Amino acid sequence: MSNVTDAAAIAIPEGRTATAKSPRAAGSGQWWRHALGVIALLWALFPIVFLVSAALNPAGSLQTSSLIPSGSSLANFRTLFGDSSRPYVDWYKNSMIIATVGSLGSVFIGACAAYAFSRMRFAGRRPGLLALLLLQMFPAMLTFPALYLTFAKVGDIVPALGLNSIWALILCYLGGAMGANVWLLKGYFDTVPKELDEAAKVDGASHARIFFTMTLRLVMPILVTVFMLSFVGLFSEFLLASIFLQDVNSQTLGVGLYSMSIGNEKNRLFGQFASGALLASLPVVLLYLGFQRFLIGGMTQGSVK
Amino acid sequence: MAAVPSSLEPVKLGSGYNTPWWAHAIKWGLLALVLAAGLFVVQKLVANGSWFGVVITAFILTCVLAVYSTRRAVPMKYLLPGLVLLVTLQIWPIVYTVATAFTNYGQGHVLSKEDATAQSIAQSVKEVEGSERYKLSIAVPEGSDVATGDLVFLLTGADGKMQVGTKDGLTELSADGVEKTDTGKITKAPGYTILNAKEANSRSADLEAFAVPVSTSAGIKAVGLSGAFQGAPTLTYDKAADTLTDTVSKEVYSPQNAYWATADGKRLPTGWKENVGSRNFSDLLTNPTIRAGFFKIFLWNVAFAALSVASTFLLGMLLALLFNDEKMKGKGLYRSLLILPYAIPGFVTALVWASMFNQEFGLVNSLTHLNIDWLGNAWAAKAAILIANLWLGFPYMFLVCTGALQSIPGDVKEAAKIDGANAFRTLRSIIMPLLLVAVGPLLIASFAFNFNNFSLIYLLTQGGPFATDNTSIGSTDLLITYAFRLAFSGASPNIGLASAVCIFIFFIVAAMSYSGFRRTKSLEEVN
Repeated sequence: MSNVTDAAAIAIPEGRTATAKSPRAAGSGQWWRHALGVIALLWALFPIVFLVSAALNPAGSLQTSSLIPSGSSLANFRTLFGDSSRPYVDWYKNSMIIATVGSLGSVFIGACAAYAFSRMRFAGRRPGLLALLLLQMFPAMLTFPALYLTFAKVGDIVPALGLNSIWALILCYLGGAMGANVWLLKGYFDTVPKELDEAAKVDGASHARIFFTMTLRLVMPILVTVFMLSFVGLFSEFLLASIFLQDVNSQTLGVGLYSMSIGNEKNRLFGQFASGALLASLPVVLLYLGFQRFLIGGMTQGSVK
Repeated sequence: MAAVPSSLEPVKLGSGYNTPWWAHAIKWGLLALVLAAGLFVVQKLVANGSWFGVVITAFILTCVLAVYSTRRAVPMKYLLPGLVLLVTLQIWPIVYTVATAFTNYGQGHVLSKEDATAQSIAQSVKEVEGSERYKLSIAVPEGSDVATGDLVFLLTGADGKMQVGTKDGLTELSADGVEKTDTGKITKAPGYTILNAKEANSRSADLEAFAVPVSTSAGIKAVGLSGAFQGAPTLTYDKAADTLTDTVSKEVYSPQNAYWATADGKRLPTGWKENVGSRNFSDLLTNPTIRAGFFKIFLWNVAFAALSVASTFLLGMLLALLFNDEKMKGKGLYRSLLILPYAIPGFVTALVWASMFNQEFGLVNSLTHLNIDWLGNAWAAKAAILIANLWLGFPYMFLVCTGALQSIPGDVKEAAKIDGANAFRTLRSIIMPLLLVAVGPLLIASFAFNFNNFSLIYLLTQGGPFATDNTSIGSTDLLITYAFRLAFSGASPNIGLASAVCIFIFFIVAAMSYSGFRRTKSLEEVN
């Protein structure tokens, strides 16, 4: 907590004079930047350090958890994987399936739509694009009462697609796939010269061949960006997942870890929770660190357009 | 979206490309798979009698066939999957949410009026005085599944007479091959599979609804798993007057607020779903208790979103300015570490901060030597949420500000220097305006996102702490957590009212996005 105020309070006056002092000789005038940078790092990292030390804490309860670990053991991880009433491995598997399949589907649907909107001219093209833009004003998340009622009914008829099914949840996430990404994707598709398409067409290639073998390869960077953005989004989604997945074996990491951290046992289970949370963070953190460039570009482009 | 043959329809000049056989195979294979899945669903729908679903599925299948099995409608080939999902899973839920907002759908109001009346009558079945008691064995016809087969009652009367009761009525059971216990309960009968206690228990819902009709008004019902009695409902429905009459107590129930109730307020437990017009909306705006809470939540919701954007932007921008020096070493390392909070999944962040804010054992109190009840005090909980959101959100602002600062051309800054502007003046008059033009739309997007930041609030405080006298409205509730609690928890879930709250949020978010789009344009004109 003290780190919050420190970073903000000190950074305000010093930050503004940053450009004033910059003309000094290289290196010598930099120490205060590093000093502030280290304070910022302390603020950014202390919860993560706490999480790691709680995960390694041999006693494993909230009372005994502290910033500096009092010891290190993998006991929490062993309890985590051995707890049959909290099937952590299933949660992990469900989360990975939902995020991977959901974002692959979302990329594919978005790319197909963007190809049509970017390369073809047809009646309803402009109104269609505008309607998609308009629909983005209504977040799909807000229709949770209707989604719940609809899938409760669908589940009575086709149980594989009812509540408690991760496939139904994936379908729900895919509902917004076309609208969410088509503008970003279309913008990128437009930058691929049309002449390439025409050359291939003259050679006798069909539209499908052009799309699958040429265009998709040329727009790969944006596909990767969209894939990662939606992977991160789906991996962390909680609202719909908590409504849909009530059976403990079908839950995602978010829903499962939440159930572990409420109730009377939360203090005792804290070590187990922390080790689970730490492992749950790994896929997204690795994605971020590995593909920083893609993500930063995507974040800015995605919102400006 | 009527598809017109596109300009991309191949004009084959060369013969360089022939569609390989496996491409065709994949296409037709997928099409067959979709058709098979569709027909499977249709068959299930027919079995269930939901003709609306049959029509929808058949329509979708026809579209799929028409689009993919012909060479026409090329754009549609690319748009159809997204379009189907969009219409069924985004537009339909919006329409359905709006429709639900005008009903009283919720706990005790799930059935139609007809079904609710039938259920009330079925629940009023009482044993007919002086009628006989039977020993009961629950069975299904031999060869059918014990979990789904039609239920059959094998009954032994007090005089030892054995009968078979189905949903069509009673028939005699011949004694050949029948085995009974000493008490008369049938344990084996040719042609029937008798359910054991566990199997029978798992069909308790079916048993509840099952009765062997013996006359127009009376039927044989099970009591427990091994007895049955002949009973008749005490309630009768008068269609003309639209009332239910209790034949024993002579009380008359009439419809009131979607329940059957007598004039002196006695009410049957099963209510029904009915159209309540705009009552949910007017409740939110005029019912004094709901209104007070609703506006309190709305104010905090706006304040939360605005303060979150302001604090994350400020910290992010200052850090971006701090590291925006070409001569500084190790910037890459700082950046990679500083984005870590943003890379941690949101639910982990919220849950970890919730533990850190624990009053007795939490890290925050132990580091600062305070003893604040962070999550139990209304204002402290608000502060806790803003602190956690600052931690979660500043890296994003740091990244976008860094990007925006790097895209500001150096010659602008140089020109300012030549004109004699000092560093502070350059920052205020040159860098800040350019920065705001670049990140303005992102700030609006971030506001809209935080406005509905369900998982942070729900995982950190569940909307609480709650006042002791009003447990439906928490002091950190956002509109969306409030709607969620209305719909799925609390004493009496009310999905109708929750939908009405969602529609309010719809309009607020739509207004914000609209102004966002407008602002994007005007900001671009500045540039």
